[in-house]
Amino acid sequence: MAEVLVYVDHVDGAVRKPTLELLTLARRIGEPVAVHLGPHADEAAKVLAEHGAVKVLAADAPEFAEYLVAPKVDALQAAYDAVSPAAVLLPSSAEGKEIGARLAVRIGSGIITDAVDLEAGDEGPVATQSVFAASYTTKSRVSKGTPVITVKPNSAAPEAAPAAGTVEQLAVTVADSSKGTKIVSRTPRESTGRPDLTEAAIVVSGGRGVNGAENFPVIEALADSLGAAVGASRAAVDAGWYPHTNQVGQTGKSVSPQLYIAAGISGAIQHRAGMQTSKTIVAINKDEEAPIFDLVDYGVVGDLFEVVPALTDEVKTRKG
Amino acid sequence: MSLRIVVCVKYVPDATGDRHFAEDLTVDRDDVDGLLSELDEYAVEQALQIKEAADDAEITVLTVGPEDANDALRKALSMGADKAVHVEDDDLHGTDALGTSLVLAKAIEKTGYDLVVCGMASTDGTMGVLPALLAERLNIPQVTQLSEVSVADGKVTGRRDGDTASEQLEAALPAVVSVTDQSGEARYPSFKGIMAAKKKPVESLDLEDLEIEADEVGLEGAWTKVEDAAERPARTAGTIVKDEGEGGKQLAEFLAGQKFI
Ligand SMILES: Cc1cc2nc3c(=O)[nH]c(=O)nc-3n(C[C@H](O)[C@H](O)[C@H](O)COP(=O)(O)OP(=O)(O)OC[C@H]3O[C@@H](n4cnc5c(N)ncnc54)[C@H](O)[C@@H]3O)c2cc1C
Ligand SMILES: Cc1cc2nc3c(=O)[nH]c(=O)nc-3n(C[C@H](O)[C@H](O)[C@H](O)COP(=O)(O)OP(=O)(O)OC[C@H]3O[C@@H](n4cnc5c(N)ncnc54)[C@H](O)[C@@H]3O)c2cc1C
Repeated sequence: MAEVLVYVDHVDGAVRKPTLELLTLARRIGEPVAVHLGPHADEAAKVLAEHGAVKVLAADAPEFAEYLVAPKVDALQAAYDAVSPAAVLLPSSAEGKEIGARLAVRIGSGIITDAVDLEAGDEGPVATQSVFAASYTTKSRVSKGTPVITVKPNSAAPEAAPAAGTVEQLAVTVADSSKGTKIVSRTPRESTGRPDLTEAAIVVSGGRGVNGAENFPVIEALADSLGAAVGASRAAVDAGWYPHTNQVGQTGKSVSPQLYIAAGISGAIQHRAGMQTSKTIVAINKDEEAPIFDLVDYGVVGDLFEVVPALTDEVKTRKG
Repeated sequence: MSLRIVVCVKYVPDATGDRHFAEDLTVDRDDVDGLLSELDEYAVEQALQIKEAADDAEITVLTVGPEDANDALRKALSMGADKAVHVEDDDLHGTDALGTSLVLAKAIEKTGYDLVVCGMASTDGTMGVLPALLAERLNIPQVTQLSEVSVADGKVTGRRDGDTASEQLEAALPAVVSVTDQSGEARYPSFKGIMAAKKKPVESLDLEDLEIEADEVGLEGAWTKVEDAAERPARTAGTIVKDEGEGGKQLAEFLAGQKFI
């Protein structure tokens, strides 16, 4: 069966969930071969093998952390040359898309970004995209070269499928021309202990209606009662009430959880672009005309400062 | 010596309009009014600030798009860019990302450049890959997704806020930069700016000028093929209740029914 390269997104060997989703999708079109760049490949290999990686191509070089994107493209290209895959899959993060794009130029292939589903087709893998703020669903394929496809988080449920997952060292030479953009310093983001926004099954977001940083704990308390991640609209972020990394929408994170709760958010098109594919949508807004209500499965017209704490209490009681 | 800045700007259908696909599965551009992608206003703004901080700089705005895309160039010129280049050719209809990057790269080389500035993503395709594609094609550093950027002493520096970390980046010119909507609000064109824009030069180029064959771009030359585009059925109307003291409880009931609690 044809091999499919899967680019591994990890933090020091801890594989992030979107990669496990990629492995699941890769098995629909061939045999997944994972590409792990950076330290702790052996730890990662266990998890990758459990999810179907027949092989793990591993490379570690200081250049991956010292320079932006391009050294990783050199490495992925080396993996591509070693395997001649039927497709290359990457997560739809900013970095995943950039690595995929540059690889596509080098190998003369087309690229599809932000796929939300992937199937085998007669003429190669067919990717589903959700476009124009999720008002259209398209099906596309790469028509020249080896398909390079980036996939959004939460596009598939990771399935266990034990495979060999043998680690093989990948020889990588980082070209001088790939050392153009120096990473002078890096400040890791502090963990809040809450689930990652793009991976969470439930997201609770607050908007301008939250009316101040000092009120965001109301949103956080509901999120914590549900084991959810916290999101925010750009209005809330721009006002400095919540960090930009939590912004949901076109220029923030795009989320697709099982449940999305929007409190004090009107539902502007740019916000919808980032959450409209959520399975169940709930909104709390005091304006019954708010466009967000056009999307909801359940909406409460009311003051979020009444409704949200009452809901939080109720969740806590029911959960015991 | 003058710092030559090229800003890539895209003409896109207004996101607040009712956007559609045409029969050939390309974007229906007649259907909804077009405008300069709002995210590219941030690119123009940062280019203007870089110019203001430099001794001597010149900003060229560049677009690849249909005749109407001229509107996007005018907007950028009225914000303060110095001149414009419009790549326009019937054979460009249906060009994908790889093709667009080919055309942009050739046009940038023809124009001459020290710094290329892009938005973080267009508001229609929203791929966010063009800046990286350009860096690869031009063989120069990419300094992308910046929330802060500055240029001095032949170097560009900036901050990239990623998922797990915030990074400080640095590259020697020439380089490709892309900026996010966190980089600073774009200015509004002044009346004077709008009047001045009318007199600024707009150079028009076609594929022949760029020595690109028609079959390298357009729908036929595309590296990707859209096979189907279906309008998503509107979500069926949900239950909406007014909170009269029981809203939180009713919502909890709904969530429990859906097995979220
Ligand atoms: C290029 C571009 C990119 C953008 N990207 C994004 C993006 O990624 N994400 C994003 O969110 N936005 C984005 N925006 C901004 C977007 O257009 C809206 O401005 C923004 O989403 C509005 O946020 P909001 O809904 O919180 O605020 P508003 O639109 O002001 O709505 C606040 C809502 O809260 C309600 N409310 C107020 N008080 C209460 C209360 N006590 N109880 C209950 N309800 C209350 C109000 O009725 C109102 O509906 C972008 C805009 C542009 C131009
Ligand atoms: C809904 C939709 C989905 C698409 N999906 C794909 C896909 O999966 N694969 C694919 O190959 N093509 C795809 N396309 C086509 C692709 O978007 C266009 O070919 C486009 O010109 C390049 O991508 P982008 O607009 O998404 O650019 P992005 O990479 O999002 O744009 C980043 C920046 O590049 C610059 N830029 C982009 N286009 C131009 C331009 N024409 N002129 C000047 N500057 C520009 C701007 O500075 C912009 O801010 C899609 C188009 C649409 C409308």
